[in-house]
Amino acid sequence: MSGVRLLVGTRKGAFILTSDGSRKKWKVEGPHFAGWEIYHLKGSPADPDRLYASQSSSWFGQVLQRSNDGGKNWEAVGNQFQYEGTPGPHQWYDGSPHPWEFKRVWHLEPSLDDPDRVYAGVEDAALFETTDGGKSWTELPGLRNYPTASTWAPGAGGLCLHTIVLDPKNHGRMYIAISAAGVFRSDDRGRTWVQRNLGLHSNHIPDPDAETGHCVHRIAMHPSRPNTLFMQKHWDVMRTDDCADNWREISGNLPTDFGFVIDVNANEPDTIYVIPITSDSHHFVPEGKLRVYRSKTGGDDWEALTNGLPQENCFVNVLRDAMDVDTLDPSGVYFGTSGGQVYASPDGGDTWNAVVHDLPAVLSVEVQTLK
Amino acid sequence: MIQVVLPRNLQILAGVGRVVEVQVDGPATQRAVLDALEAGHPALLGTMRDHVTKKRRPMIRFFACEEDLSDEPLDAPLPEEVASGKEPFLILGAIAGGQA
Repeated sequence: MSGVRLLVGTRKGAFILTSDGSRKKWKVEGPHFAGWEIYHLKGSPADPDRLYASQSSSWFGQVLQRSNDGGKNWEAVGNQFQYEGTPGPHQWYDGSPHPWEFKRVWHLEPSLDDPDRVYAGVEDAALFETTDGGKSWTELPGLRNYPTASTWAPGAGGLCLHTIVLDPKNHGRMYIAISAAGVFRSDDRGRTWVQRNLGLHSNHIPDPDAETGHCVHRIAMHPSRPNTLFMQKHWDVMRTDDCADNWREISGNLPTDFGFVIDVNANEPDTIYVIPITSDSHHFVPEGKLRVYRSKTGGDDWEALTNGLPQENCFVNVLRDAMDVDTLDPSGVYFGTSGGQVYASPDGGDTWNAVVHDLPAVLSVEVQTLK
Repeated sequence: MIQVVLPRNLQILAGVGRVVEVQVDGPATQRAVLDALEAGHPALLGTMRDHVTKKRRPMIRFFACEEDLSDEPLDAPLPEEVASGKEPFLILGAIAGGQA
């Protein structure tokens, strides 16, 4: 029987939530790695029982964990992330040059076909790769050595490479996003890159239409249509239909176009989800109402989804890696909040239930659809 | 044997109890103790000091015999009481205050 497994990273550990295909009753296990920040966990598409977790702490630094049995047992693997060569500076908050320093792994993206190959997006922004199941990590330095890199500046959360999207139809192609530099595309598995930010407009940088400096929060792709990407930018929801060569705004009738998450329904490539957040100064949902917005037209026209979500006195945030969709029919949608709730919709967003109410603040949610 | 006391988070990570015994060859120094500790428990690599420079992580402290040895040279001899195993070498995470 089919089922789903949610991998939830929080400020104080990881939790694994499982359910059968009905997605009504849930078993909650955890915390794993109690007391540590778990920025991200993700399973290998090639071997769903192979999981990777980014475990970090201001005290003890970065640890990488691997499980070979779906999260029952874990082992610490390699945690040395050494920039290749002598890293030059990027721009600091005050505009001065600041040396590249490794702080943590924000995002892990296992290869689509090899459980031992994983890409890691890190702060300060760079892309690393393991081909031995996490024992050793090697930087793909073409990104950090990109000609504009010395002008990249951190957002409030740091200069982080937080999104990695792999093209399932063109195995050499991948996209990454950096706050606050923008989107980059590689056609050779991360060796060389081009920045792809044409059409983005950001009023918080000196030249709003500059090719570098945009605070992209998240990008998402439907695997059947890899030339189309959706983006939640610091402000603005955007779309491209030509592999990120050109972007156009699709914020439409959203109550605010600030937010972090964006995702695509697994069965409907034009059905997308965002969770609007009041503003970059508030970082909580508007009007005390937790509302997921769904567009069934690929953007511009949005409807609020509220059935089962709190509609008064709610002031939570939903961070960029904290939403995912399963591949059942109808597709399930999941997200976690800064208040420690994980919500699940088994019907594409029409109705919602809180799977758990009181976890530590949620940093990431990934779902695995188990056959 | 030198007695090393680990903070709770590192005990869990290494799969050990509060006290770990390590044997060092030659003089008992911070470097020798940490080298031996990491060799016996590779999961601790990088969690107390930098992989390459061996510099202490900023929020890790080293105490022994009621003294703060955190900023002592890596190759300075540890107190005789530590070297002989009478007193433990304490590894601590700095207090969090209101943070986290």
